[in-house]
Amino acid sequence: MQIFHNLNIDFIGKQKIFFAVSFVLLAVGVSSWVAKGGLKYGIDFTGGVNVNVKFTSAPPVDKIRAAISARIPGEISVQEVSGENEVIIGTGLRGEAELNAARGIMAETLSETFGADKSKLDLNNASAQALADRLRDPLQRAAAGLNDDQIKQLAEAILGFKNSPPRSGVLTSLDQLKGVEGVTPKVLDVVKQECGLGQFSIRSAEVIGPKIGAELRNKAILATLYALGGMLVYLAFRFEFSYGLAAVVAVFHDVIITLGLFSLFDKEISLNVVAALLTLVGYSMNDTIVVFDRIRETLSVSRKDAFVKVVNDSINQTMSRTVLTSGLTFISALSLLIFGGQVLNGFAFALVVGILVGTYSSIFVASPILIWYRQWRESGQKRAAKAA
Amino acid sequence: MQKNLKWKATVILLTTLVCLYGIVGLPKSVDELQANWKKNIRLGLDLRGGSLLILQVKLQDAFKAEAALQIERLKEQLAAQSIAYAAIDSTEPASLAEADKIEIHVKGVPVDKTQAFRALVTEQLPSWVLTPVNSTDYRLTIKPSEAQALKKDTVERSMHTIENRINGLGLAEASVQQRGGADTEAEILVSMPGLDDPARVKSILQTAALLELYEVKEGPFAKREDALAKFGGVLPLGTKLLPSMSRTAEQGEGWFVVSRTPVITGRDLRDARPAQDEFGKWETSFVLSQDAKGRFGAFTEKNIGNRLAIALDGQIRTAPTIQSRIDDSGRITGASSQDDAKDLALLLKSGSLPAGIEYLQEQTVGPSLGADSIRQGLIAGLVGLVLVIAIMFIYYAASGLNATVALILNAVILIGALAYLQAVLTLPGIAGIILLIGMAVDSNVLIFERIREELRAGKATLAAIDTGFNKAWWTIVDTHVATIVSCAFLFMFGTPAVRGFAVTLTIGLVANVFTSVFVSRTLFQFEMSRQASAPRLSIGI
Repeated sequence: MQIFHNLNIDFIGKQKIFFAVSFVLLAVGVSSWVAKGGLKYGIDFTGGVNVNVKFTSAPPVDKIRAAISARIPGEISVQEVSGENEVIIGTGLRGEAELNAARGIMAETLSETFGADKSKLDLNNASAQALADRLRDPLQRAAAGLNDDQIKQLAEAILGFKNSPPRSGVLTSLDQLKGVEGVTPKVLDVVKQECGLGQFSIRSAEVIGPKIGAELRNKAILATLYALGGMLVYLAFRFEFSYGLAAVVAVFHDVIITLGLFSLFDKEISLNVVAALLTLVGYSMNDTIVVFDRIRETLSVSRKDAFVKVVNDSINQTMSRTVLTSGLTFISALSLLIFGGQVLNGFAFALVVGILVGTYSSIFVASPILIWYRQWRESGQKRAAKAA
Repeated sequence: MQKNLKWKATVILLTTLVCLYGIVGLPKSVDELQANWKKNIRLGLDLRGGSLLILQVKLQDAFKAEAALQIERLKEQLAAQSIAYAAIDSTEPASLAEADKIEIHVKGVPVDKTQAFRALVTEQLPSWVLTPVNSTDYRLTIKPSEAQALKKDTVERSMHTIENRINGLGLAEASVQQRGGADTEAEILVSMPGLDDPARVKSILQTAALLELYEVKEGPFAKREDALAKFGGVLPLGTKLLPSMSRTAEQGEGWFVVSRTPVITGRDLRDARPAQDEFGKWETSFVLSQDAKGRFGAFTEKNIGNRLAIALDGQIRTAPTIQSRIDDSGRITGASSQDDAKDLALLLKSGSLPAGIEYLQEQTVGPSLGADSIRQGLIAGLVGLVLVIAIMFIYYAASGLNATVALILNAVILIGALAYLQAVLTLPGIAGIILLIGMAVDSNVLIFERIREELRAGKATLAAIDTGFNKAWWTIVDTHVATIVSCAFLFMFGTPAVRGFAVTLTIGLVANVFTSVFVSRTLFQFEMSRQASAPRLSIGI
């Protein structure tokens, strides 16, 4: 089986078309970027609070927003996680102390608005220690015959059950606990009498002060530039400067287009996304290296062919493998995007988009740049020779 | 050839066994296998749940305290040597960056005392530099070396106190580290795996926990103004005003005039523990050290019938009347619950913080989210794996098996290496493994395509395999180095999750060079050696 048989397309001759495609992609991304007043950064880079809350049923978004807005000044975002009864409550851009206070107020407000009966312990938001402390005396009174260690184990078993899928943090009824190890009818009665169930559970909370945010932002930009620089040096060392330059320009092109698409799809740039972008810088380079490797090899064998022809043949010869390798990595990334869950969504999106753009640029962008640069340098040499 | 093959097979088998041993040990049952897996593969906070805090020590507090102390000493010495002055005060650095720029200003020293004043400062305040502003006024700045030492000491003491408090909470796996390079860097990273109640920990870490016992001179007053009015607007020498905590406000007590210097401070404590009084109410009792015993005994004996103020962080918790001579113990009443009493005991035992702290970052992941992330990662990984393997078999026929073996061995070596290096597996790390599934077979594709090309060009199978591997070798090295270079720069971020990703991907890629080149080639050789003459290779053409 073979994807392409004896492919012979004049890629370099059609470079104007690819140039136009790249230009459109860049223009669309960058104009969306400009129109929206810059990229949408996550709290990793701006500073802010994100609290991920799971509800027992469809979350009452407006009620949540109203309750929290009443107690925290500034904008509160309540974003639904599709397919789950989950929301991400966020606020941003304030001082460290205010952000920490806001995080506390969010938790408090949620438990006042959606929590269990005040006199009872909210099992959906209790720690194992708190649950054990709460149950200790009543269990002794009920003569359940459990010592301290057993009570601790019981509390851990109950919360372990609550936290494992498909409950994933929230119980809808205390009767669900029936199957849990150590929960006898007597114990269940005590649990019911001491504990209630709030309608929500806080699954994660993140507070990032503006100081750390600014620090990470600087590091993100520097890391990307250093990575590109490192690659330029390595390729210049292994090939020639012109190859390194062409590859780096192509990769830079990929990063800008990927960022543009992030802006177009209104996705946030988080630290994970930057990690994905840096991986792309390396990965997108791979396909380019495969083509360049072939160009170098062919050049060393047949010196008489014109450089443009060698490049064109090399692209054609490596086409099958470029499409196949990218396709396989693309499948992995796509599976991560579809099944990998909410936390890795941005990361997987960057990879999926980036692999597509990166493959395109390895085939259609890097090589024309290599040719242009060489022609420009040669004409420069000729001019210099004439002048001399 | 045959001998060569045996040697290679041994290397591969040994590597596999060593890695498997690193991952699951030598289990005798399924339970043991699971337990060993859990022990050897260390999960990051984002997968197992827990809290990560970055906090900043407000070094400016330590500098302010140091300046205040020096001003007290200077005033005493000036009085002793009867050198007059108009005023001594210090600047109040507002931020961390300005902390070591603190200045003490001395104004109105008579010109004829200049010599004596200079001599006194040089002798008494050796860590400060004196600069005259004009003939009677002076400015004192702290020496850079001393500032450095004070910063270091403050950060170390803060870390020590925080460590004590965390240990006291029974968080066995927690770690407290300095963030950043220099040992004067004021940021501290606290990671607490498995913690499910971060709010409580945050408030415990943040409390300065400065315990002071004062002699009450006058009070209580309902308002600050009332207290001042009683003394005609100016407090008597050697006293100060302290507010009481809102908790005791219901008893109608607000402000107390107390002695300026405390009788006993937190440093004089030997032990503190939660206790219940005769009505079952929670309180915190404390025991004094040997050294403080005598002082406290003498003081209480002298002051029977007077009140004693027990203040925490500058706020009075209780102000009981001294009934009799107390030698070595006391109690702080007014705890709202057992936890409250326990926390206070812990704070008192672990000592006070030398400076305030501020939270720069908190990352808390509940155990349910971590469990979901693992499950989703597993599904994504399996789907990716099955698809990739299927495509390899469809495209390369029987040689797909070669790639599959290499791929699985790649994963085994990666996980084994993570176990041996005690590296932490994070959610981005899992993403790295899934991504690696796609990238690992890239190398196989490069090699297989080369072999096909050679076969098409009419080469014999054995020669085609050799040429294929040789020609693809440098391409594989170049592509891997390019990706590893990018990963190296991810380390700059220093956040555990991203580092986990970089480490996982790097180890995976290095292992990939071994599996896709060495292992895969050995497998081909093995297959060829089984065919007697003119061997054929099933590689999809």
